[in-house]
Amino acid sequence: MKPYLREKKTFGFDETPENTAFEAGYLVTVNSGWRSIKPVINAEKCVGCMQCYLYCPDGVISVENKKAQIDYDFCKGCGICSKICKLNAIEMEAER
Amino acid sequence: MAKKFLSGDEAFAEGVRLARPQVISAYPITPQTIVVERLSEMVEEGSLESEFIHVESEHSALSCAIGASAVGARTFTATSSQGLLYMAECLPYAAGGRFPIVMMNANRSTALPWNIYGDQRDSISQLDSGWIQAYAENAQEGLDFALMSYYIAEHKDISTPFMVNLDGFVLTHTYETVDVPTQEQADTFLPAYETENELDIDVPKNLAFSAGPEHNYIFKYKEHQALLRAKSVIAEAEKKFAEIFGRQYGGLLETYLTDDADYILITLGSITGLCREIADSLRSKGKKVGVVRLRYIRPFPTEELAAAVKDAKAVGVLEKDISFGNEGTIFTNVNSALFRSGINISSYNFIGGLGGKNISHEDIAEIFDRIENGAEPVNFIGIEVSGG
Repeated sequence: MKPYLREKKTFGFDETPENTAFEAGYLVTVNSGWRSIKPVINAEKCVGCMQCYLYCPDGVISVENKKAQIDYDFCKGCGICSKICKLNAIEMEAER
Repeated sequence: MAKKFLSGDEAFAEGVRLARPQVISAYPITPQTIVVERLSEMVEEGSLESEFIHVESEHSALSCAIGASAVGARTFTATSSQGLLYMAECLPYAAGGRFPIVMMNANRSTALPWNIYGDQRDSISQLDSGWIQAYAENAQEGLDFALMSYYIAEHKDISTPFMVNLDGFVLTHTYETVDVPTQEQADTFLPAYETENELDIDVPKNLAFSAGPEHNYIFKYKEHQALLRAKSVIAEAEKKFAEIFGRQYGGLLETYLTDDADYILITLGSITGLCREIADSLRSKGKKVGVVRLRYIRPFPTEELAAAVKDAKAVGVLEKDISFGNEGTIFTNVNSALFRSGINISSYNFIGGLGGKNISHEDIAEIFDRIENGAEPVNFIGIEVSGG
């Protein structure tokens, strides 16, 4: 379920779905680098409950060994994961 | 089946109960209010098991329905007039996402001048939003549309939201005897909603994403094709509906005495009953007149309309709508259908009922006279054309 960069291929008429729903994590470009703050997981507090996974609008969170992980290639720094975390295990830190 | 004495709003609420939506989100607005009041009572008393979400606006009402529909819930909302316009941003969202939401719209005028009474300018202004649009003539048809709309909207080949329109007050607040089907009948007719896009952690999906120029037009083309395919699913739904409930509707449109008619009045909604009555009385005086009622205007019944009026000498379009600076939008659509079908006959537009203004027997008799003897292309009833 971890998103990964796909080889960009051309989508034709037949591959285009009827509705705006498609396999999650189908990413063909890395983000453009305009993130100003980034979420940082505190592994000691994280219990792997997956709330942040469910709420992440970009699908960049995965869980490994019961701890959340963030793919910074695709995270845009919105902070929803930090807000939703009931254990305050995600802090937003300034990008340098 | 039980006979009940119900208003249009109440009958529609009964139909929605039978369809068992899992999520209802709505904001009250006259003359739609009674629909959501009844549904909230049904949820409260336990006769309808549904998540009833009290939202703070129509924009949120449809947004909630979109969210719930996106992950596989059967959803319902209802609105009217300014409320429909307030949720307008979300209408193409629902259609583009192909979320089969059913919405009842109580047709009501739009401000200014402020007015709560019925005309059809609210829904007709949203014709291009990608929703199926149907217009009921009476409360019974309203209830039946509540069931049929889910069948059509959720059909796997269609997956498109559906707006059912009831004339404000004239239908929503007048009472008639309505056959209310049993839950068993409704369940036989309407299968459970299934989507491939249910929330599934093992097979996660992105929903409601962006599509740039490279793909956007393909989505729009497919949306258009789905609306066109809806024509055959409407026929399929009505056939199945007739088998189970014993009531037969005419599909995209219904004709009355049109087979040998020279002069045909085309209209939609509750005014049709009166038009048929006047047609009867003119027939008794030897006038060969007929009536077409458009039940659906999206998808538009181009071929069906052409078949109904091809032998007529002239047609009139009576509508509670005006596209300012041009003509009534139904008239535009009818003329386009005639032109595309190679039917070259006179057509006249009669604009009436704006802001709830009554259209009288005499007005309709006058309209038939003008169709026969000629009129301006666009005529405002009560100002430019009047039966007195």
